[in-house]
Amino acid sequence: MAEAHLTPRRPADAVWPRLRRTAFRWTLRAIVVGYLFLLVAWPLSLVAREALDGGVGRIQELFDDPDVVHALRLTVVVALWAVALNTVFGVGISILLVRYRFPGKRLLSALLDLPLSVSPVVVGLALVLVYGGRSGWIGPTLEDAGIKVIFATPGMVLATAFVALPLVIREVVPVLEEVGVEQEQAAQSLGASALQRFRRITLPSIKWAVVYGVVLSLARSLGEFGAVKVVSGNVLGETRTATLVVEEKYLNFDKGGAYATAFLLALISVACIVVVSLIRPKEGSR
Amino acid sequence: MTSVAVPAGRSVLRRRPAGAGALTSVSGAGLGVAVLWFSLLVLLPLSAVVLRAAEGGWGPAWQTITNGQTLAAVRLTVGMALVVTAVNVVMGTLIAWVLVRDRFVGQRLLEVLIDIPFALPTIVAGLVLLSLYGSDSPIGPDVANNRWSVFLAYLFVTLPFVVRTVQPVLAELDREVEEAAASLGASRLTVFRRIVLPSLTPAIAAGAALSFARGVSEYGSLVLLSGNLPYKTEVTSVRILSSIENDNLAGAAAVATLLLLISFTVIVILDLLQRRMVRRG
Repeated sequence: MAEAHLTPRRPADAVWPRLRRTAFRWTLRAIVVGYLFLLVAWPLSLVAREALDGGVGRIQELFDDPDVVHALRLTVVVALWAVALNTVFGVGISILLVRYRFPGKRLLSALLDLPLSVSPVVVGLALVLVYGGRSGWIGPTLEDAGIKVIFATPGMVLATAFVALPLVIREVVPVLEEVGVEQEQAAQSLGASALQRFRRITLPSIKWAVVYGVVLSLARSLGEFGAVKVVSGNVLGETRTATLVVEEKYLNFDKGGAYATAFLLALISVACIVVVSLIRPKEGSR
Repeated sequence: MTSVAVPAGRSVLRRRPAGAGALTSVSGAGLGVAVLWFSLLVLLPLSAVVLRAAEGGWGPAWQTITNGQTLAAVRLTVGMALVVTAVNVVMGTLIAWVLVRDRFVGQRLLEVLIDIPFALPTIVAGLVLLSLYGSDSPIGPDVANNRWSVFLAYLFVTLPFVVRTVQPVLAELDREVEEAAASLGASRLTVFRRIVLPSLTPAIAAGAALSFARGVSEYGSLVLLSGNLPYKTEVTSVRILSSIENDNLAGAAAVATLLLLISFTVIVILDLLQRRMVRRG
């Protein structure tokens, strides 16, 4: 079998293979472009057209509805909390994972990926079972202390933080591995304190990785739906977020409103992706 | 390559880092706080799910899972996720190939398109698909409320995974080996099958595992798209949600445990694959 493939090519065949190669390349190109156009670009553009049908009027209407404004504000507040928590945790745990040895490290780093593959509905259920006010493990105790978690903002922050947890870590860890420890060791030998080393050496080198992680987490957090739906209780004007507004409007036959809200959310997430792809340097120049 | 949103194939902790030190008191305290937060946020709640399912013994939990409607949902979810993963293995590899080996105007735009499903809110994704493939479709096919909707939703949300795991590996592949094989008369297919594919296999497998896990756990994009008809288009996560809404937390926990089991398996597979990729790299 191998022998047949190893017959040297005769020079006379050289033109056809080149033509065939060009045709082949164009076929692949066409398949890929067609696939992405049908699956992503076209449907997305239809939502934009639907939302902007008749100008920006529909989007203007959204901002006139106090419940929608409340939902948007709540979405932003929850997302900012979740991103802040994940950034602090993510940077900290990345440094610990890369720079220190401790037992259980491999297990921890594997478990950190878990939130990426857990269903949002399961995330919501899991949080309710622990923090639920009626029958949760520690929910009733917290409620006695005056802290309501489930059906309130803290629960929504927890759900969102859970879902977006690995994003910062996955950006920061490879960069930390790349930069190595020489500079930090040099600084240490010159008498720099741990805080100085972090602020002057470690932080500048992972700065962009943190920025990407934060932008991606923000996109993910603003758009979380399933987990938030379970823990929020979805109360109009209280715990309803923007993604829940899309569902509610669509199911109540307000298609225009649903498309307008969806368009707003899509705009933010596409902007996040574009920002990251523009500021991220090409691999190798890092 | 600008692998933007899904650095999925890139392993956390690629190699044993040089100069990793023992814990100091400060870093030890930091680790303690981090692990405590991680436990409160992730580990404790997930164990609560498993324990709740086991509370009444495994018998009732098993009965919940094998009850007709739930079993149909699980079958649909797993089956469709497998089909979509198979499509992704082929299409994802193909897309990665075109992005790495070809150069043409507009490639940057394709990169952005691939990351959109990752960042787009899932409920918006459902609406997006509905606008082209729903009842108001300008081109005809109406997948709303039938099984094609599940296929389409899974296909959309899992798009980035295989592409983004294969792309960096393909970019770093040494092309001289391929050229050597070609100069010895190997056909393009032979070069691909015997030289390129073996080096890509771990990355493809990792991407497939991620895409399967994502498909199985998908919820948001199906809410508006599939109609959630029992025995027909109802998937597992929708089934769990309706149990929660009916205040049947034990039933929800039983089915959720099954999904968690799948997630865990995928995590283990990924960990093993990543180790294998490191050894090769």
